[in-house]
Parts: sequence; C-alpha cells; structure tokens
Amino acid sequence: MNNSVPALTEAVYYILLSLLEPLHGYGIMQNVETLSKERVRLAAGTLYGAISTMLEKGWIRALPGQKDSRRKEYVITESGRKVLTGEIMRLQELITNGKNALGGLSK
Amino acid sequence: MRQAIYRLFWAWDFDKEEKWLNEMAARGLSLVAVGFAKYTFEESLPGEYNIRLELLENLPSHPESQNYLRFLEETGVEYLGSITRWAYFRKKTQDGEFNLFSDNTSRIKHLNRMLVYFAIIALSCIVAAISNFTSYFGSGYLANLVVGIVSLCLGVFIGFGYFHIDKKKRRYKKEQVLFE
Repeated sequence: MNNSVPALTEAVYYILLSLLEPLHGYGIMQNVETLSKERVRLAAGTLYGAISTMLEKGWIRALPGQKDSRRKEYVITESGRKVLTGEIMRLQELITNGKNALGGLSK
Repeated sequence: MRQAIYRLFWAWDFDKEEKWLNEMAARGLSLVAVGFAKYTFEESLPGEYNIRLELLENLPSHPESQNYLRFLEETGVEYLGSITRWAYFRKKTQDGEFNLFSDNTSRIKHLNRMLVYFAIIALSCIVAAISNFTSYFGSGYLANLVVGIVSLCLGVFIGFGYFHIDKKKRRYKKEQVLFE
C-alpha cells in the first residue's frame, strides 16, 4: 500500500470523520466529543486552523450558504475520503502490529 | 457596575495576563473591555466566565479575522476587544471548557505568529537606533543620540521577549517528538 500522506493529527482525523455528513464548526466540535466519548475536545482556534488548511488542500469544501443561516457548513470531498481511507489503513497496520507483538494482551 | 483597573503586562507574558484575568473572573469580576494597560471589569458570578487571549493573524477589522471572530462566536465565545492584534475573549463556564488551542501544532503556530510580531518590532527599533546614531555622528544633535539610545533599549528589550517566547516554543517542540 503506497500512501504519500503522513499520519494525520487526531484533530484532522476526527474532523474528516465528522464531515462525512455536512456540519458547521460547532457541530464538528460536538460530534468529535460524542465520537470520542468526551476524550477529544477540539478547541475553536485549533478547529478553525484545521478547517482553513483542509479547505486549501481540497480535502473538504464549504457548502453554499443557506439564506437564513450565517453558519457555514462543510463536507468532505473525494480527495478527503481518500486521505481518510489511507489513514484508516495506516491505523489498522499499527493496531495489528501492536496486538501481534503483545500477543496475549488481548484478554 | 463597571470598574477599570490599570495594569501593564509585557506582551510576551500573555499567559500571566490571562491567568490574572481568570483570577479576577473567579472572584466575580469579568473582563468586558480592554484599552492600553486598561482593563474594564463588570460584576459577574464568581467563576461565571473564562478568559483567553490570542494574537490574531491579522488586525481584527480584516475580513479573515472577521470570519474567525464569527466562527468563535458560533461556539459560544464572546469577543471583548483588542489592542492591535491582541484579542481578548470570554466564554461562559457552563457552555463548556474554554481553550483556543487543543494541540501542540496549533499552539506552536500561535507562538510562531508572536515570534514574527516581536521580531518585526525589535528590528524596527534597532534600525531606528542605527539611523539616529548615524545622524548624531554626522550632525551632533543630542536629540538623535537620545532617540537612538531609547530605540536601542526598546529593541533589546523586545528582543528579550522574542527569546522568552522562543523558549516556550522549544518546550512544545520537544514534546512534539513524543506526543501530538
């Protein structure tokens, strides 16, 4: 498996996961908290920076704004999905190797 | 009731400033407005608000900053005002934990912004000092000497702030070798 994207940060990974469905900024924060059972709490500045960078990279895109809403919604793009799939494979490798190496730990 | 308190913090001691503002908020005085060395507080419930500071990438009036401020607002953060690019925010404790940055990458990015900010100011001071010293040796005007010395001192002082922030950044960088 050849994947040119280095490891994603936890924030970026969870943002991409959240954006499989269109969400606005605050929605992403709440979704990440729920997904991670409150372990990961994205700070607003970190989230904003990550969104800006991912927009530039074309991993996500902003949806055209609705009239009565000032909140901007974002959604993952095709290339964002590729990055996400690649990352899941990478994580899978880490987990498999870890479990194999530690052997009996699983129970 | 509003109450103004005058206090001077060096910009690179922003975390001390933030700590002080949060101590005030814990005692029931929440920041509502800022001016140069002037902090205006309003009575609130003790611990009702948390305060955070950030050096914005652009001036608050810049469209990019406006986008950012609106984004923060959506997450329950109230923008209180700014001095140049230093912005002050508060958020109600009941609306959840208030941090602007939650990973080292974004913390380092914020510190890098500060390093550029201090480097530009320190270098301008030193350039001003050199040009004043040159004029002084040419014309002998005492004013040039005085302005030159003041600029030089200011430049060195702000340079000290630069290294202070750089030290903080190196600490995060070291952690980044092990943790995200």
